Amino acid sequence: MTDPILSLKGINKSFGPVHVLRGVDFDAYPGEVTALVGDNGAGKSTLIKCIAGIYTPESGDIFFNNEKVSIHGPRDSTALGIEIVYQDLALCDNLDIVHNMFLGREVKNGYILNEANMEALARQTLDGLSVRTVKSIRQTVASLSGGQRQTVAIARAVLWNSKVVILDEPTAALGVAQTEQVLNLVRRLADKGLAVILISHNLNDVFQVADNISALYLGQMAGQVKKKEVTTSQVIELITTGKSTPFTGVRS
Amino acid sequence: MSATTEVPATQGPNLKMAFNDYISRVKSGDIGALPAVLGLVALCGIFAAISEFFFTPRNFANLLTQAAPVIVIAMGLVFVLLLGEIDLSAGYAAGVTGAVLVLLISNHNVPWYLAILVSVAVGMGFGLVLGTLVARLGIPSFVVTLAAFLAFQGILLLLAGEGGTISISNKYILAVENNNLSVAQSWMFYIGAMGLYVLSGLNRINGRRKAGLKTELIKLWALKTIGLLVITFVGFLSLVAERGDPPRISTKGIPLIVPVILIMLVVGTFVLNRTAFGRHIYAVGGNAEAARRAGINVKRVRTAAFVICSGIASIAGLLFASRANSISPTTGGSSTLLYAVGAAVIGGTSLFGGKGKMRDAILGGLVVAVIDNGMGLLGYGAGIQYLVTGGVLLVSAGVDAFSRKGANAS
Repeated sequence: MTDPILSLKGINKSFGPVHVLRGVDFDAYPGEVTALVGDNGAGKSTLIKCIAGIYTPESGDIFFNNEKVSIHGPRDSTALGIEIVYQDLALCDNLDIVHNMFLGREVKNGYILNEANMEALARQTLDGLSVRTVKSIRQTVASLSGGQRQTVAIARAVLWNSKVVILDEPTAALGVAQTEQVLNLVRRLADKGLAVILISHNLNDVFQVADNISALYLGQMAGQVKKKEVTTSQVIELITTGKSTPFTGVRS
Repeated sequence: MSATTEVPATQGPNLKMAFNDYISRVKSGDIGALPAVLGLVALCGIFAAISEFFFTPRNFANLLTQAAPVIVIAMGLVFVLLLGEIDLSAGYAAGVTGAVLVLLISNHNVPWYLAILVSVAVGMGFGLVLGTLVARLGIPSFVVTLAAFLAFQGILLLLAGEGGTISISNKYILAVENNNLSVAQSWMFYIGAMGLYVLSGLNRINGRRKAGLKTELIKLWALKTIGLLVITFVGFLSLVAERGDPPRISTKGIPLIVPVILIMLVVGTFVLNRTAFGRHIYAVGGNAEAARRAGINVKRVRTAAFVICSGIASIAGLLFASRANSISPTTGGSSTLLYAVGAAVIGGTSLFGGKGKMRDAILGGLVVAVIDNGMGLLGYGAGIQYLVTGGVLLVSAGVDAFSRKGANAS
């Protein structure tokens, strides 16, 4: 068993009187897809935003590569190699794929944008992810399908040799074929050695690609389990009641 | 999705595919400069058929100097329009900065170059205030610049004095809109500019080839470049031809304003296309939230765009002063600003933000100037001119909205 690359211990976060996260432990492993599941309001988004540096937890520790780190803003998490692909993707429709992938982090020669270099790097990244659905990387994002947009957003996240990629509901708005494409891509990310955290409501997706499943229930970690050792109904129980009929292999 | 399907790389591109590709891009809403160019050609054809004076060298040169101030204001506006904002005060900003320029030179004996610097600084100061109010306080730009439109008009009245005009006789300032390059200088300028254009194109293709990327189709590039060379050469020849009244006054050569505007075009295009700042302007105009999450300082980009817009307006102020030998309380007023916004939109810049180019200001500015000039030659009054210009603006804004619909549908 490898050590987790990202490990959260006893995270607490409240908004005024509402205690959203209560002593949450969470681990993500390199080369594995960890699904983060939970009902609406269970605290998934809050947990992710604590990792992203958008919220600062009131107490609890974050370990990255076994070292204690403090994340005070999005820049800190980016510097560690944590990238987040939000549900609404945050792409600029009027710019092309290369521009979007390098947005805010353009490669420059002095003051001049190095387009050739950026295009080559973008091409390389997409090829590395075996993305073949995008024909020209100089077409504007406006002309892409939902699955292709998701692909671009994910490719942008891995462009920077990131170590942890967090995907927020990547398949929520996609059709069957496109969902398949994106899930394959998610699998390939993990196979390349990245730690992938997948937030999803769709247990079919979760069981298809995840190695580990972490279920949040009312702000508490109901269980971090290996996919192989649980059934769908056990995970549903974890999500809806926070408890489950006995199973083996609980990690924490 | 079928509209964007590209040529498989294995087949190797050819002209027919490039043409089909272009057609599909037009269909999917990316029409670029097409409507403005077609409109310009159609208008020129109509006016040339009716008035024999329209296509004379003298009128052509006249048209360029006429169009210049509106083109320059429109160039500044492109930066603001790209963000999806608007600056209604740019016209009077030109008036006020022009008045500052003229007052400094005529009444305070400030050297002309220093006065230009001060007037541009005043313009940028205006832009800083407007941009800060819009970006930091979040007041809609329409309201902020509408207030500034009134306020600047007031400042101009105060500077000029009730009903008064302030005149200028500085030969350098007057030269900008009135002088021409000599014929020899014109040739040098034309050959130099075209040489640079061809070289930069070759350089770009070469750079991409070196990086191992798919290059633009050479044949297509050559065709486009030759087309541009032919069109500009015809224009150039008419400008170096005699257009004065030879025994008494001889006038020939490229008007000085042409190189001035070309330099602004090159610098502006460079900033928008080749720098990170320019890319960020497009990004903020396309999706401000995405830009913010990508770590772009959206407020700073917004503010900077207003600073640039008002700064460039102050150059238009110089042109107004140069053209009229004076600044009056109505300089930059009446329809100036609306013509400039119209010029940018007719050229292809979107009022919704995120889409537009520097050259749009020139193309659209020429369309507006051709209507003005041609209708004037045909003896139509201001009433008909406004009606036609309004119609053209409506059509081009409609084309923009329609093309966006097409893009969303694909």
